[in-house]
Amino acid sequence: MTQLLIEAGLTERQYWRDLWRYRELFYFLAWRDLLVRYKQTFVGVGWSIIRPLLTMAVLTVVFGKLGKMPSGGVPYPLLVLCGMLPWQFFSTAMAESGNSLVQNSNLISKVYFPRLVITVSTVITSFVDFLISGIFLIVVMIWYRQAPPVAVLFLPFFVLLVFGASFGVGVWIAALMVKYRDFRFIVPFMVQFGLYISPVGFQSSVVPVKFRLLYSLNPMVGIIDGFRWCLLGAKSNVYWPGLEIALIDVIVLVASGIWYFRKTEQTFADVI
Amino acid sequence: MSDTKGTSRNPTMTNTAITIENLGKRYILGHQRAKDDGLRHAIEDAMRAPLAWLRSRRQKKLQEVDFWALKDVSLQIKRGEVVGIIGRNGAGKSTLLKILSRITVPTEGRIRIDGRVASLLEVGTGFHQELTGRENIFLNGAILGMTRAEIIRKFDEIVEFSEIEEFLDTPVKRYSSGMYVRLAFAVAAHLEPEILIVDEVLAVGDAAFQKKCLGKMGSFAHSGKTVLFVSHNMEAIRSLCQRVVWLKDGRLHKDGTVDEILETYFNSVSTELSFSCVNPDYGLVVQKVVLKNDRGEESSQFRPGEDLIVEINYEAQKRLEQPYVILGVQSVNGSCFTANMLLDGHRPEALTGTGKLACRFKSLPLFPQSYSVKMSIRTKNGNDMIIKYQEVAYFNVVGDLAEYGYHGEFLTRASQSTPVVVPYEWCLPDGTIAPVSLADPRDSTVDTREVASLT
Repeated sequence: MTQLLIEAGLTERQYWRDLWRYRELFYFLAWRDLLVRYKQTFVGVGWSIIRPLLTMAVLTVVFGKLGKMPSGGVPYPLLVLCGMLPWQFFSTAMAESGNSLVQNSNLISKVYFPRLVITVSTVITSFVDFLISGIFLIVVMIWYRQAPPVAVLFLPFFVLLVFGASFGVGVWIAALMVKYRDFRFIVPFMVQFGLYISPVGFQSSVVPVKFRLLYSLNPMVGIIDGFRWCLLGAKSNVYWPGLEIALIDVIVLVASGIWYFRKTEQTFADVI
Repeated sequence: MSDTKGTSRNPTMTNTAITIENLGKRYILGHQRAKDDGLRHAIEDAMRAPLAWLRSRRQKKLQEVDFWALKDVSLQIKRGEVVGIIGRNGAGKSTLLKILSRITVPTEGRIRIDGRVASLLEVGTGFHQELTGRENIFLNGAILGMTRAEIIRKFDEIVEFSEIEEFLDTPVKRYSSGMYVRLAFAVAAHLEPEILIVDEVLAVGDAAFQKKCLGKMGSFAHSGKTVLFVSHNMEAIRSLCQRVVWLKDGRLHKDGTVDEILETYFNSVSTELSFSCVNPDYGLVVQKVVLKNDRGEESSQFRPGEDLIVEINYEAQKRLEQPYVILGVQSVNGSCFTANMLLDGHRPEALTGTGKLACRFKSLPLFPQSYSVKMSIRTKNGNDMIIKYQEVAYFNVVGDLAEYGYHGEFLTRASQSTPVVVPYEWCLPDGTIAPVSLADPRDSTVDTREVASLT
């Protein structure tokens, strides 16, 4: 016989147990979003290839050809693609999970389950897109006959890192969005802006050394550097303090995100 | 803390399913909140004058207008009891269910629930328009707390109950509203909880399906499970519940057996209406407006084709010469009809002392919906309002349209239709004449073909 206590403030113990109990819902909500996403589209899943392909082409032309940025001996499209993969995961996860609670407000006001499920499942949805784009990256690497270095073994670590960053930021924005719809306007701006201040279209080494530490406060700097190091090898020079900062950033984002989400979660149904 | 440990040690020993102690839920109202909510204001205020901002935040606490949606509610519900929760809109019924379903947290008090809870506050929560019926069964099941294995096991049963086999792979956005509701209820009906919490879900769907739902809930109740049921449909409450809890202004007003509570509830609903039907200038008081049926009984439920008698009980402290009385009946889907002395000219010579004035609307040609009666009274010259036009009584029309010969596939939409049905007949190209009327259920059981051959 299950027993349940409902009382002002007393939910913490039950919360994590419920999260486990509703674990299948992570899958179902992500599955729903994936199913729905390409309904009534002509190109369908092809969009998750076309988007990175076109962005890659534009960034290569703008930064590589017109801007004449150094590529470090790597084909420029490949350099861009390695940066775009984590960036696109991060930015779509941020945008989608930011909206997730508001979009599912009918669920929030009518049925109980840990609200964290909604936000996490949108991050998972973006992650699936990331994996599909990953296949595209492999194809491009074969095309350029570029074998990955031994460092590729560290790739899972950086994938975990970008997942953490996406989750941390997503959870923050989702919870803030419930009360402050201003974030509906802020997020697209962050996405647009972030593409240029993160080293997606260029190498982070073009940033002057004295600003490098400051620049690395953006966790995506360390993460993108890490991706390039794993996939393209030592040719892309790694700035190690940047990686350390990224790791700290992600830990802080995740911990504070969960804290803020939990703090405000109880009032979601009243406020949304 | 020690208390919670004590109770969890022997949970099976207890005979109560739900214990509610001093439950309260406060919402904060007032314009303070609107200002508080904009991010711009929050930042702007803080930037401009940090000290003033801090001070004002502290002061705001005092200025806030509290609204207690629920206050001091204590209840014990035993295992296997079927309890109906009634009350006017805003009495706190939905808030209570939301707290019990853990959608929102109480401000004070506590609840202990023994057993797996399933709550249906809405039919089809989480259904996605773009997904097929099959996909939605899985999605909705998971949202309601079923595991995938459970859904797979019950899948066939759910499909059978919903009667939508052939549309399983059609997106639900192409479903008729009846099919949608049937599928949604079918999923929910197979939850197998020990405690079921239901909010007014039966207000949707056609009469036949409502019966099926009530039947399912009835069998659920008979199998010894605990049910909490909020409804405005008193017939459903009467047929399902043994015990009724009556909430009023967020407090527990009365708690007792169905018969004793419902009787006092009906009486209060007709007398309790808070309309200002007093005009001291003319010395007129409308004490109450009562609705009666064919048999002269007070009622708030009518069948299509029944007569509706609107009885106005007045007290004229001064003699009131030749007033005009105007009555109107309307539903949310539009105005229906009116009885207007300004037009028909049948006005009383004078109102003196206490008395009654009634109007009989014959053979209500109305679909099953909720209606209100509006009334106004004007002076002898017809221009001045003695009592302004306002809602004075409410009633529901209930009934199974199938008994009146209705058998359309989209019959459920009758609840959103223009409410009035003047008797009519279709003359079809093949010579068939199909009469339709809400006048009397027996009339329309006549086979249409037979009528055609007679003509």
